[in-house]
Amino acid sequence: MRMEPIINKLEVHCTVNGRAAIIHAYPMERLLDVLREQLNLTGTKEGCGEGECGACSIFLNGRIVNSCLVPVVQAEGAEIQTIEGVATGEQLHAVQQAFIDCGGAQCGICTPGMVLAAVNLLKTNPHPSVAEIRTGLAGNLCRCTGYIKIFESVLRACQKQRILQDGVELDGQ
Amino acid sequence: MKDHFIGKSLPRKEGRKKVTGAALYVDDLSFPGMLYGVTVRSPAPRGRIKNIEFTGDIPWGEFTIVTAQDICGAGAGDTRGGPLAGENYVALILDDQPYLAAEFVNHAEEPILLLAHPDRYLLEEARRNVRIEIEELPPIFSLADSLAKKEIIWGEDNIFKKFLVEKGNVDDVWAGADFIVEGEYHTGAQEQLYIENNGAIAIANAAEGVTVWGSMQCPYYVHKALVKLFGFSDDRIRVIQTETGGGFGGKEEYPSLIAGHAALLAWKSGKPVKIVYDRAEDMVATTKRHPSRTAHRTAVSKDGKLLGMDIDFVIDGGAYCTLSPVVLSRGTIHAAGPYFCPNVRIRSRAVATNIPPHGAFRGFGAPQSIFALERHLDKVAHTVGLTPDEFRRRNFIQKGETTATSQVIREQVEMACLLDRAFELSDYHAKTARFAHENSSGQARLKKGMGFASFMHGAGFTGSGEVYLSSVVGAEATVEGRVRLLAASTEIGQGTNTIFTQIAADALRIAADLIEVAQPDTRHVPNSGPTVASRTCMVVGKLIESAVLGMKQTLVGSGLLKEQYSSSEFQEACVAYLEQHGPLRSLSKYQAPPGILWNDEKYQGDAYGTYAWAVYVAEVTVDMLTYEARVEDFVAIQEVGRVINPTLAAGQIEGGVAQGIGYALFENVAWQNGRMANGQMTNYIMLTAADIPPIRVFFEENPYAYGPAGAKGIGELPMDGPAPAILNAIENATGVSFNHIPLMPEVLLEKLSSKL
Amino acid sequence: MRAYLPTYELITPSGLAEALTLLAQAPGAWKPFAGGTDLMVLLEAGKLTHRNYLNIWNLEELRGIAVTNEQVSLGALTTYTDVQANAILREEFPMLCQAASETGGLAIQNRGTLGGNIMNASPAADSPPALLAYDAELELVSTSGSRLVPYHGFHTGYKQMVLRADELLARIILRRTTQSSRQYYRKVGTRKAQAISKICFAGLAHIEDGRIADARIVLGSVAPLPLRCVKTEAVLRGNRIASTVIEAAEIELAGEIAPIDDIRSTRHYRLQVSLNLLRDFLTSLQASNAQASPV
Repeated sequence: MRMEPIINKLEVHCTVNGRAAIIHAYPMERLLDVLREQLNLTGTKEGCGEGECGACSIFLNGRIVNSCLVPVVQAEGAEIQTIEGVATGEQLHAVQQAFIDCGGAQCGICTPGMVLAAVNLLKTNPHPSVAEIRTGLAGNLCRCTGYIKIFESVLRACQKQRILQDGVELDGQ
Repeated sequence: MKDHFIGKSLPRKEGRKKVTGAALYVDDLSFPGMLYGVTVRSPAPRGRIKNIEFTGDIPWGEFTIVTAQDICGAGAGDTRGGPLAGENYVALILDDQPYLAAEFVNHAEEPILLLAHPDRYLLEEARRNVRIEIEELPPIFSLADSLAKKEIIWGEDNIFKKFLVEKGNVDDVWAGADFIVEGEYHTGAQEQLYIENNGAIAIANAAEGVTVWGSMQCPYYVHKALVKLFGFSDDRIRVIQTETGGGFGGKEEYPSLIAGHAALLAWKSGKPVKIVYDRAEDMVATTKRHPSRTAHRTAVSKDGKLLGMDIDFVIDGGAYCTLSPVVLSRGTIHAAGPYFCPNVRIRSRAVATNIPPHGAFRGFGAPQSIFALERHLDKVAHTVGLTPDEFRRRNFIQKGETTATSQVIREQVEMACLLDRAFELSDYHAKTARFAHENSSGQARLKKGMGFASFMHGAGFTGSGEVYLSSVVGAEATVEGRVRLLAASTEIGQGTNTIFTQIAADALRIAADLIEVAQPDTRHVPNSGPTVASRTCMVVGKLIESAVLGMKQTLVGSGLLKEQYSSSEFQEACVAYLEQHGPLRSLSKYQAPPGILWNDEKYQGDAYGTYAWAVYVAEVTVDMLTYEARVEDFVAIQEVGRVINPTLAAGQIEGGVAQGIGYALFENVAWQNGRMANGQMTNYIMLTAADIPPIRVFFEENPYAYGPAGAKGIGELPMDGPAPAILNAIENATGVSFNHIPLMPEVLLEKLSSKL
Repeated sequence: MRAYLPTYELITPSGLAEALTLLAQAPGAWKPFAGGTDLMVLLEAGKLTHRNYLNIWNLEELRGIAVTNEQVSLGALTTYTDVQANAILREEFPMLCQAASETGGLAIQNRGTLGGNIMNASPAADSPPALLAYDAELELVSTSGSRLVPYHGFHTGYKQMVLRADELLARIILRRTTQSSRQYYRKVGTRKAQAISKICFAGLAHIEDGRIADARIVLGSVAPLPLRCVKTEAVLRGNRIASTVIEAAEIELAGEIAPIDDIRSTRHYRLQVSLNLLRDFLTSLQASNAQASPV
């Protein structure tokens, strides 16, 4: 098979976890690979390369997407948030702390995507039912947990967020 | 003495790294000058390699190319490391699997040659342009054809291994039996589907030897294999486990192959080489659960007592032996279940087919034979006129009675109590009655049913296996005075790091954050055996306990530590010891519990030190419009000795049940010409969060004297119960018997419509 | 990633006018690239044969849901998330909303578009059966202007469509005539989420005086394209919902669809479940009613 004419890399400008980034890549390079290899943000994972497992989930302009299916050209001017941008410095997001406390992570490979999916859910629905949690996380596959402790983690994160909203201090859990 | 950490849900030790994306898996690592590597594989299931052509407009001169000839030093081209005098097989049990096919291929996707290049896109393009011509030979794809010897494709008779277990005299029972019940049961292949694909990075040169980083369960298995591949001494091979995104057995023996491939490319190129599979390659080329066929013939008295069991158990091993003898062993030993039967024969065989070799997957033969047994006993109960649970009650093994391998059960067995509790928790009787009524009323759109499975699972290596492994664990003081645990047992999500921390902290009575768990690196940790067989907590955990107690003994003996001490006093004593005496390290080696007797030739005696016991109950709905079966509720109750960490333990059961539901109803491997045709996550179906039913987990405790704090092994147990419980429930719902898994709606339709 | 990326071009036109000019200048040279949820999967598998793509993701003219008294006009770049968020669609076109909610998971729904779904033309797509049941029309634009074509008949065979090489799908038009209709949508997939359908059924009926004044029966995954079962509809039209009519409709449907065995399912299963769903839909119409009921 003959090689077709070669396309040049181009420059893409975007904001990643609040910082400006300039990326040099082929137009159809996956945003997943660019984040991992050029920006060294290896928290976003490849699990399937077909948009089925959600391990590559990121926020693109505020919406959760599978970064394995986004060509880097479409990240031009975009605001991107990865798992590395979820905690605020040393302070973990309530979802992250809940995953630790409730056993929501086992091998951890699905966890970055799963945390983002949970954060995404709680953004618009701070008190989801278990049914709504299932729907919110249905695009993220986990082979280790059977999802049960992931549901418990999300519910725990809601509880804590609700308590914080009411201004009540947590009693040590 | 009160436990401080045992029985508490200490948060996962490496949890913070995992939830922040900071944990480093093999594909997250990179080295200067690193090349990427890929594997070029056989397009045909069986034949002779006739020609290999490097086509297309590819700058082949830039590529590192490795073939079988390179392993024994006769390869073409510049080999930076120098000629090798290695062996072209993956050292395991029968050593029949080549790293790279030399002349013949025996399965589709068999590795033939390796390529490396710095540009991974060009590398893929190059892989596409290697044309391999195979002169095909007639392949065998089914267990039945292999047994029938339609072709001899392995050894003299296609049989990797066989066992014969006998107890009493089963041939004499048929004449006096009130009932004789026969049945045949089939299980399909299942893909482990860890979310992190297989991967390895290698650096290999004459100066440093070989170092491999990878996603794996057993660093010392990889070490042993690389020693043979390269023909080097032990100290010239170093294997390091990176954070591993799931294993389930799929990374027990397979990593030896990918590690060797990366190392060969690294040796030849003189550069670090990373091989990471994409999902499609991992699915079609790596190991799966052994498919099985079990035939039961059972003699029963009219009061529902088992008189004799004649069991024929066959598993399909694929093209090479890998771990088939051990899978067969476990399946054989578990085939007659937690029941007392005076006369038993279990005849088993593992056979070869021209399919990518099957390998370890959680449960390791037991899910296969237990599926058959628990389906069959429902049939036996029905034939005899007893309810499934009444039949089990009359036959559960008791303390003092013998198993199929003539092992005397020396612990208290409470299967009847577990059954009672499982039924209470699942509302089994009331629901069974209600569903029977609802199902019969007219055109029920949804038919509902209840089903259960009762089973046991032996943890640790079989018989004298643990003695053979001779596991060693170490504990040492760090310069800060903390305790570093040294074991080759890997964290793969099940909680190794956390459990070891709890056991060590409890044994020493110090704070958990004074315990460190060393990364499994064969240069720094002793061989505590593979992370398999549900042995990590029960067997290795016990060694952790004794290793740290050895450290304490040394400190007390040196006068630097009193008998009663605080955490900080312990830490200070370690620091003082290092200053005054040098390194403080304690090693602990496995010792078999007393009285374990096993006859390997007759396959008789104490197969396992102990068993975990369980009853699982499934409530299912069958949609008569779409023939889809759905689990609505699942109760899993098990006696596990002692629960070290409730959250981790429940997590193991929940995850195992989810895989078991997949095994029963969703995870179908579609074979076409000996190759998995549905090798993508779109078409190989595992459960999503939307599919999982409530899974309610309960534990009973009956401490096992030789486990840490009394713990037994639990990692594989939950794989055994779901499939038979679910199919028993489907029969209860529909009145139709299904004996093959995975049971797909298409098959439900065929049988239900032929019944109408 | 099994594609040689340096050979793939993806350029971003400055606006719709430039996009159409490029399409007109070299018909067939450029293909549109929207959310990428189909094309990127092919790319990763090394199966994307075309090399030159036009990034249309930012073309504002192809976005937005415009509502008048007579119609709802959805931009081709309307995502599944956009569909579910629209109150008028939820109220009057619930089958489309249900289809959108059952497509992939949330991450796919944020990037997958109705236009992409139509143009990818998979017979297993989830939204087309609903769109066909709603008699959707497609607005196609080019440098020569725009034209409106019925979606029914747009596909002429497997992945074949009556689209000129210089045309772009701009909008999907739904007439607001569904308010008093009975609607029934069911996707039967391999699991509850992230599933390709084995069968996809969309049924719509206008009932007047106990008779089926008009009906739409549409099936996905049983033919090379999403199938409007016009012969089955003809059997129903004008008739009471009696068991003889239901049986006649089932017989007609069995002959009208052409399911096959494939990697996901069997011919027999697709056939039987299609009949079961038809029967279930028609039986539900028998239950007394005058009002539209959401799915």
